[in-house]
Parts: sequence; structure tokens; C-alpha cells
Amino acid sequence: MIDGLLGKKLGMTQVLTDDGLSVPVTVIQAGPCVIVQRKTVEKDGYDAVQLGFVEFVKGKNVTRPMAGHFKKAGAAPVRFLREVRLTGEDGDDAARAGDRVQVDIFKNDERVRITGTSKGRGYAGVIKRHGFRGGRATHGSMFHRAPGAIGQSASPSRVLKGTRMPGQLGNARATARGIAVHGIDEEKNLLFVRGAVPGPTGGYVVIRKG
Amino acid sequence: MNVIDTIEREQVRDDHPAFKPGDTIKVHVKIREGDKQRIQVFEGVCIARKHGGVRETFTVRKISFGHGVERVFPLHSKVIDRIELVRRGRVRRGKLYYVRALRGKAARIKELKR
Repeated sequence: MIDGLLGKKLGMTQVLTDDGLSVPVTVIQAGPCVIVQRKTVEKDGYDAVQLGFVEFVKGKNVTRPMAGHFKKAGAAPVRFLREVRLTGEDGDDAARAGDRVQVDIFKNDERVRITGTSKGRGYAGVIKRHGFRGGRATHGSMFHRAPGAIGQSASPSRVLKGTRMPGQLGNARATARGIAVHGIDEEKNLLFVRGAVPGPTGGYVVIRKG
Repeated sequence: MNVIDTIEREQVRDDHPAFKPGDTIKVHVKIREGDKQRIQVFEGVCIARKHGGVRETFTVRKISFGHGVERVFPLHSKVIDRIELVRRGRVRRGKLYYVRALRGKAARIKELKR
């Protein structure tokens, strides 16, 4: 069984239900995906498929080594490739290179986890990055958004590893777990999930069950 | 066209009469009680229409037992069975929040004559 799919975040909107509720949803262009490579226990030590998100890519943007890789699978070149583990003990025929995977692997109200690249916030201070409270703005406090003390004096006389400090925030792999599927559109390969998903509109995501 | 716009446009209802702030309307609201459903009518003056597309809402104000009561409805929600236009009002603002401060004779809105 293939329990994952690749997609592209199209943005958020709201969907009105028959009960009169308005549900916030993220719309994801989920597939179609092609299996570009099949990984097996004998050859690679684990069972997985390499999926490609079907999207038009100009020939000149495909490097020679990658072109060969796609040719081997008999698939058109794609921009976004990710591996998804296989579950269950189906035979080798269950998934072969060149096969297509579509949104219909998901059901309504099923829980999925969605992995993407979070929006980059640059080099962020400790308030934005770790939720520190900061100091008073006025009355001569002289302590506004600084991190404050980062350790003790003579003992241990060093800063402990993992101390929360300013640094790069976002633009990193992020996974949202327990996201509910609100609906699918098999015709247009759209997946509607309740709530927000990491990354900007147009960002690539991996959707996995569980 | 943009996929998100298409999804939103599909949900827009076009079965409501055209009404503006100042108009008196009857909103037939579906109310679920357990597994039974009934319809309740909320009649009052529309004092505002806000937002656009699927997100459009309108505010209806009425005086109930001497107290001003306002309800905000999402225009395209399926909770609304139907809307009835009772009377057109002549007003010069888009948002009639000033009527909240008025009561009795002063809070009347003149009927629009064509």
C-alpha cells in the first residue's frame, strides 16, 4: 500500500457545510504522482517508492543524469521527488515504476500528516523564535526584547547546550500531524484538509496517512 | 481561473433578493433541535453588509421587548432558508450603526419611494 502522496499548497479558504458551519480549509493540489523508482528490501534494504509530483518541466531544466533516471521509469520529468515507505506485505506487483498514484487513496475525515518547508522568517530574536516575554517598553526599563540571562557564573561558567537564543527561524522542514481530510476532488486532484499546513502558497508538501 | 476563487464562487448563493442596509427584511433561519428541524423568522432592519464573496455577512437589528437585538448572518450560509424583502428604506450611509444610539421615533427609517 502506498500511504503517501506529493502535493502543492494552493492556499486557504472556507467551506460552508449543510449544518451552517464555515470550515477553514487548505486546498492542496494532490497529485497525480508517478512512481519514478521502486526500492526493494533485496536491493536497497527497505521497501519504498520514489514518487514524483506530475508537473510540466522544461526539457532544458532537466539535467542529463536526472533525465536518465526518469527515462528508466518511463515517466515524464518532474520537479519534486520524495520517497514514501510501503506498508503491508503486497507483492512486487503492488507498485511498479511508472504507475500512477491519485488522491483517491485518502478518505473523508481520515487523519494525515503533512510535511512541508515552513515560511522563512530569517534571523529572528528570542521573542518571535521562542515566545519569550521581553521587558517593559517604557518607564526607562532599558530591557526590551533581549534574551536576558543565559546562564550562571562560576559554576558552570559556560552556556548550556540547547539554550534558546536568536537564530534562523522557519525555512525548515515542518510536519503538521493529525490534520483531518475534509474532502477530495478526484477529477481535479484536489485535497481539502481542515486547518493550516506548513509553508507558503505554492510550496510543495508530502501528505502521509497516520 | 484560480482554483481557490472557483471553490469560493461555487458556494455563493444567488437565490436571495437584492437588499441593502436600511431595508426591512425577514430572515427565515433553519434551527435544529435534536434531529428535528424548524424554521424561525427573524425580522428587522438590515444595518450593515460586510465583506465580499462567500465571506459576506449582514447584520439585522430589531427591537425585542424593549431591547435592541442584533444578529449577524453569513449571507451564503445554508442556515438561511430564505430571505424576504419587506420594505425598502431610504438611507444615506452604507453602515447604519448610528441607529443603535437612537430609539423610538428617531430610529425610524423612511420608506424608499420610486
